[in-house]
Amino acid sequence: MDRKEWPLWEVFIRSRNGLDHKHCGSVHAADPSMALKNARDVFTRRMEGVSVWVVRADDIIASDPDAKPEMFDPAEDKIYRHPTFYTLPDEVGHM
Amino acid sequence: MSAILSSASVAHVEYVLSIADSSLILGHRLSEWCGHGPVLEEDIALTNVALDLIGQARSLYTHAGALEGNGRDEDQFAFTRSADEFRNVSIVELPNGDYAHTIVRNFLFTAFQRELWTVLQASADARLAEIARKSSKETNYHFQHASDWSIRLGDGTEQSHARMQDALEALWPFTGEFFSSPASGESAAGAKCPAWSTLERGWHESVRPVLDVATLRIPERSSFLSRGKEGLHGEHMRDLLAEMQHLQRTYPNCKW
Repeated sequence: MDRKEWPLWEVFIRSRNGLDHKHCGSVHAADPSMALKNARDVFTRRMEGVSVWVVRADDIIASDPDAKPEMFDPAEDKIYRHPTFYTLPDEVGHM
Repeated sequence: MSAILSSASVAHVEYVLSIADSSLILGHRLSEWCGHGPVLEEDIALTNVALDLIGQARSLYTHAGALEGNGRDEDQFAFTRSADEFRNVSIVELPNGDYAHTIVRNFLFTAFQRELWTVLQASADARLAEIARKSSKETNYHFQHASDWSIRLGDGTEQSHARMQDALEALWPFTGEFFSSPASGESAAGAKCPAWSTLERGWHESVRPVLDVATLRIPERSSFLSRGKEGLHGEHMRDLLAEMQHLQRTYPNCKW
């Protein structure tokens, strides 16, 4: 049987003012307004959020899991990229 | 010993019960969709609506109990009264039917609730006004949800349109009861309990534009008048209560 599923939308919720939106899951919906409402109903039932973003999953450009070796492994031995090798004057305090 | 209430106070309690019972019974009906919704997201959306409605009923029952002064609490109102003691409008006790019926009923009833909460926020009964303020936010969302689906399905495929029009034909006659006088006791209770007949115009104004966009035809006015708010319920109410009250009836005062 040919079942036309609604497209998938990724859901991002901001839990409080001043915080970033965080990815929390996905919903199916026919269009943007339905996606927002579905996200509200599925993911904010326990006061999780004050703002919701939805993005068509198709519109997210993701890195290829098979490309991990060349994408991410080279960073492994570049420890000097962490700014932890400077001696800070005491007057600076916590940074 | 029972408190002896004046007739105006009895009317006031009945008025609050009419609103509480309508919320509870529709909440119960919607809870029957739990696990049976057409898609997961809708299943959860309807369950959310059901929980909001039951929450409204709980606040209102507690208030009715306080007004009555006989020590009845929310559970006693919900689980130990017989069908003829319930004051809900009849439309909410009808079986869910298909999704079109469920949506059309939510649409017609929550449009009415919106009008009701609006006037109740100015009620001389301060607690009732407070409950109305909180509930109106919930109901605005319920109405939006039902409106969206009315438009999607009404202005959808040939089949979805036909089912929506069927549902509207079947349910429309029950809306006369919203505005028929009196909701139990409303006249006697005065400024605390505004008459529902005054809400008809506002209700029409919020219902009509949505049905127009949904390409649904408003049925002719009929002379049929349901009388649930007077305690005259149909056969479905008995079955609904038998299930809803089963536990408390079988094991009185049980806790779980």
